[in-house]
Amino acid sequence: MSSKNYILRLITLLAIVLWLVMLGAGYLDRFGQLHNTSSDTYLFLSKIVLIAFIVTIYYFYRRNIGSQEGFNIIDLLWKVFVTGLIATVVSLSSNFLLTALKDQEHGRNPYFLDTLYLINVGLIITFLVATFTVWKRLILYQKSKWLIRTWNIFEYTLLGSAVLFFTNLDIFSGLGIVVQGLLAILAIVLGVNLKWVAYLNFKQKWKSILLIILIGLYIVYFYITFDRFALNNGFETVFKARDVITIYALYFFTLIYCLFSVLVLLFNLPTSSVFEQKLVEAINFQKLSQSRNTGQNEDQVYEILLDSAASVAIANVAWIDIMDENEAIKKTIYFKTNTIEKEEILKGIKNNKIKNLQSSIPSRNNSQNRFTAELKHEIYKSIFVIPLFIQDKQIAKIVLVKDVNEGFSKEMIEIIRTFINQASISIENFRLMEEAIINERYKEELKIAKRVQDSLLPKHLCSNEDLEISAFSKAAAEVGGDYFDTYKMNDDRIAIIVGDVSGKGTSAAFHMSQMKGIFQSLVQMDLSARDFIIKANNALSGCLDRTSFITTTYFIIDSKKKKFEFSRAGHCPTLYYSAKDKKVSFLEDNGLGLGILRDDQFDNFVDVNDLDYNKGDVLFLYTDGITEAKNNKNEEFGYERLKHFLEKHAFYSAEYIKEEILKTLYNFCESSNLDDDITTLIVKVK
Amino acid sequence: MVEIKNSLENDVFTIYVIGEVDASSSIHLDESISEATNKYKKIMVNCEQLEYISSAGLGVFMSYINDLEESGIKLVIYGLSDKVKHVFQILGLDQLLKITENEEEAKGIVNGV
Repeated sequence: MSSKNYILRLITLLAIVLWLVMLGAGYLDRFGQLHNTSSDTYLFLSKIVLIAFIVTIYYFYRRNIGSQEGFNIIDLLWKVFVTGLIATVVSLSSNFLLTALKDQEHGRNPYFLDTLYLINVGLIITFLVATFTVWKRLILYQKSKWLIRTWNIFEYTLLGSAVLFFTNLDIFSGLGIVVQGLLAILAIVLGVNLKWVAYLNFKQKWKSILLIILIGLYIVYFYITFDRFALNNGFETVFKARDVITIYALYFFTLIYCLFSVLVLLFNLPTSSVFEQKLVEAINFQKLSQSRNTGQNEDQVYEILLDSAASVAIANVAWIDIMDENEAIKKTIYFKTNTIEKEEILKGIKNNKIKNLQSSIPSRNNSQNRFTAELKHEIYKSIFVIPLFIQDKQIAKIVLVKDVNEGFSKEMIEIIRTFINQASISIENFRLMEEAIINERYKEELKIAKRVQDSLLPKHLCSNEDLEISAFSKAAAEVGGDYFDTYKMNDDRIAIIVGDVSGKGTSAAFHMSQMKGIFQSLVQMDLSARDFIIKANNALSGCLDRTSFITTTYFIIDSKKKKFEFSRAGHCPTLYYSAKDKKVSFLEDNGLGLGILRDDQFDNFVDVNDLDYNKGDVLFLYTDGITEAKNNKNEEFGYERLKHFLEKHAFYSAEYIKEEILKTLYNFCESSNLDDDITTLIVKVK
Repeated sequence: MVEIKNSLENDVFTIYVIGEVDASSSIHLDESISEATNKYKKIMVNCEQLEYISSAGLGVFMSYINDLEESGIKLVIYGLSDKVKHVFQILGLDQLLKITENEEEAKGIVNGV
């Protein structure tokens, strides 16, 4: 910034120096003329300096005005106007001075006259160049390659024409005319570039017209006074500035552009309101599309939409009915009206004058509800109704009312339609965003549920010197309905349970936690396996929902008597490896799932069995997630494969058997993501 | 997915359960049994084309055990595949519901022969 100012000051200084040199050269030339020692040297010098002066002023303005990035058209015109005003005031004062001193001796002094003349020349050149620079800026408002090229040709031709000045060529001779003609054509071609006019609003257009007319008047005034200065005084000036084609061309160009601008501005005045309207529409459209980013809510989108639609249609009153999920009106936002008037207007719809508006563009929106109609109302004469849809569901309805008949043109309706489409997208985005947030919260909740459920499964399993127990459980979803647990009833007796709640997911998980509570309570009462199952059924009968049940297998392992006591309540039969017989078999006793019969009848279906165990025996408890696991060919893992597996692995430790069954199962399914919850609990007698 | 069809012959209402009954499709089974038990006293459930039934599906049958007894409705399930039958047996439902091999036997039971 400061370096720019510095350069500007330097240029200003240079311009002043050049002007002074021009003055000095003028004096010397005058002196030569008066004393008949005339030589062309000084005249030549003053002409060179004049051209240098013009170029310097041009650079001054180019730096001052031409390089600004953003600019205000009115400010620029104002700058030119003020420059012109100063030049005019000085010019008028000098004329006044001339007139006043006309009859006095020093009033006719040639040096005095030369000074006045050169002051005028300096100011006029400054004004013309300022105007030229601003016009350049306006012409190049919307640049194109072609335009810039034409402009450059114009500028260089102007500069080139300055050379003719030195040849003492009559500017109205052959070459002069050609050059002038070329410049005039270029000036006219460039002069029609008036795109900036379109960007002014009504008020700015008026201001521009006024300023440009005044600028034009200055130019005309200066053109005339240049002539008169010499003529009126019967006085030969050092040189005639008008002889410089460059200046002459500047006059022509600036004036032509003034003329064109004023004409175009005038013709654009009546349509400027339309342009402004379009601008407002574009801004509203942008508001609607950006609304989801700026933290607005749905109501604000509706408000923007209502305002936009009302302003497009120039509606007197309007409202928007917002629908709930059942497409009943939930809320109404009013524009310059109220509920009472709304009801009154709706009553006035002339049913025979309803015009359904089918869209020319195929739309997913059901367009049946879109219509215009005539109204029977003191003030309002026509009504336009258009609904908003999201995924074929009506979410709102805009009603626009006007006090003229047939007040809604096709163009208005099309624009409102685009607004509505945009608003629908915005609102749909809002809703999707909300849903996403809710889903995210559900996921978090499920994660918590999973943590809680994980904590319900035992971290450490009971054992004694006789037994080795390993277990594994994995839910298909975040939470599941499988359960296993162990409990050391005393030094010799250990209780083991594996359970499976019917169904899947959250409901199963709730019942699983009930099962855990029941197990932990009943197991402390030192019950027999039969009593445990009966009491568990009793307890669950009161809390399971109608179609839910729980299957369990319950074992009490007595290491003193070397006995398994067990009962199967509808659960998958336990796989048992007998080390003595070297055989694997299913313990298929009768039994009924817990919760299937919720009264005393259940007792009749409880079957308890016992087994003497030996070293090396294996109990393999599991849930149906294992036997029903499917591979890609839709084959189930099944009971036979499970039996075969244990036959091969019964000699290993419980922990190893557990690892191997998971590997075998995942290999079979070719995936570790199973459809059902899987649980396995292995007891090995040491 | 499950497909459920109905037929009425004399006063015997037959429900055909076709496909797989899992947690989500068990609702359809529940609806059709509920409707049948409200209107008819003799109901047969044809499971010849039932390929798979999950615990939730078994829960549907289970939930009607008391209702059937109380309102004197005869409901017979027939035509179970070995695999599906095994599922019923493991849970113990075969002890509570009338399950027969074929339609004739089922008809005999609902008609009280």
